Amino acid sequence: MTTPTATRPWGRTLPAPVVAPLERIRAGNAYDDNVYSTVDVHWVLYDRVLRVTPATVDDPDRDRFLLSKGHAVAGYYAVLAAKGFIPVDWLDDAGGPDSRLGGHPDRTLVPGVEIGSGSLGHGLGLGVGTALGLRAQGRTTPRVYVLLGDAELDEGSNHEAIAYAGATGLAGLTAIVVDNASASHGWPGGVATRFTVNGWTAATVDGHDHDALHAALTGHDGHRPHVVVAVDGPTPGSRS
Amino acid sequence: MLADISADAFAEAGRRYPDRVVNVGIREQLMVGVAGGLALAGQRPIVHSYAPFLVERAYEQIKLDLDHQGVGAVLVSIGASYDRAEAGRTHLAPADVALIDTLDGWTVHVPGHPDEVPDLLRDAVCGQHSTYLRLSLRSNRRAYPQAGGLQVVRDAGPGAALLVAVGPVLDAALAAVAGLPVTVAYTHRPRPFDVTGLRALAGGEVIVVEPYLAGTSTRVVAEALADRPHRLLSLGVGRAELRRYGTAEDHDRWHGLDPAGLRRAIGDFLAAGHHTGPS
Repeated sequence: MTTPTATRPWGRTLPAPVVAPLERIRAGNAYDDNVYSTVDVHWVLYDRVLRVTPATVDDPDRDRFLLSKGHAVAGYYAVLAAKGFIPVDWLDDAGGPDSRLGGHPDRTLVPGVEIGSGSLGHGLGLGVGTALGLRAQGRTTPRVYVLLGDAELDEGSNHEAIAYAGATGLAGLTAIVVDNASASHGWPGGVATRFTVNGWTAATVDGHDHDALHAALTGHDGHRPHVVVAVDGPTPGSRS
Repeated sequence: MLADISADAFAEAGRRYPDRVVNVGIREQLMVGVAGGLALAGQRPIVHSYAPFLVERAYEQIKLDLDHQGVGAVLVSIGASYDRAEAGRTHLAPADVALIDTLDGWTVHVPGHPDEVPDLLRDAVCGQHSTYLRLSLRSNRRAYPQAGGLQVVRDAGPGAALLVAVGPVLDAALAAVAGLPVTVAYTHRPRPFDVTGLRALAGGEVIVVEPYLAGTSTRVVAEALADRPHRLLSLGVGRAELRRYGTAEDHDRWHGLDPAGLRRAIGDFLAAGHHTGPS
């Protein structure tokens, strides 16, 4: 087994099981920071939160994970490979002419991928619809998780979804916003306030602290939608 | 799925089926996105609003949240090209069918009479494919409920030009060709266009009259007849913004879709064929 030797600029280690697949998909190229800002969230979700396995990717009662910021795909593919959703050797030619793994994911090509994404601002609406559909079918077990970025929140379509889900108390929905401070004009007052003012519960945590992420990702109260703001950076909590 | 438009009409249904009538407020992007999510969860979404808000404002959601996800929905619009002409440009959608036609595999219904609607809606909802049902206040005098394929309503005999009328322009087209050697066929399903019927009926001259952007079906007709010499006249709503209010009947006249305007255009087209066509 590969030891977790890969490090990020500020010295944190990657989740051990994703090191090898991430190196394989990386193929010596450098990754944008977004890969490293998000891979811990991917890992904690698939390792400790989501009730879905390679055997249950078509089970109507599975939890859904919707990657809205579709460019954060390398860590996603690495986690899917580490968890057995896709063969590890698919990672070797990602983006190639015969590959199922593109620079943005396609749900029709990759087992376990719930939505095709890439154009920002589409995942949360799809997540709201999925949660409504499950509720209409009386399926109270599955939960819908949608992963976004703080810059993605610039897209107005997100705010249509945030307002509607909050106003109607859509309890089966959790949004996760990886906040790597990449929004051009920032979010004065914090990302979470955009949700809480609309009636969501919120938790803002260190986006690389697995226990804190786990607690936040399972911290919904069952009566309203929940948002987890996963803050990226070398010194979480010190940012304004 | 509603975005406030027509919400009152579904209030009673919403009381009976609170989880199955969803009004998201004035949020068309969300409405179509939610429809995609519902379909992903195994539901069959029916999505309704005014044509420009449903198709044009939320076009990327139609493209990505339905088509790219590999799921379908039934989109039902009202307003058509200029049902509410007095409302001005913001409420006109002559390009809606052309825009849907940029997508792959959609069925488009443009009923020309209220009695044609129930079967079309029922079939669409019970199907699996993505369907656009374009409702309008404009109507022909008579319903043709089975006119998915081209249905001949006026037969001018061998060698006559063929006029295809789509939806509510049929009556005006029939009035326009009175006394002219033109066979008239009707359809309320421009997509998929009845290519087989077209090839069976068409001679060397084809006229298409559509109640939306002129030329929307030029591509499919040209491809269907690519292997035979033919002349094609495509009539419909013009591309230029008129910046005029008035009534739908006024707009018919300004776009040449009233009987007199159609007759002028068709007469010129047929005369040109006699002057320059093969003997």
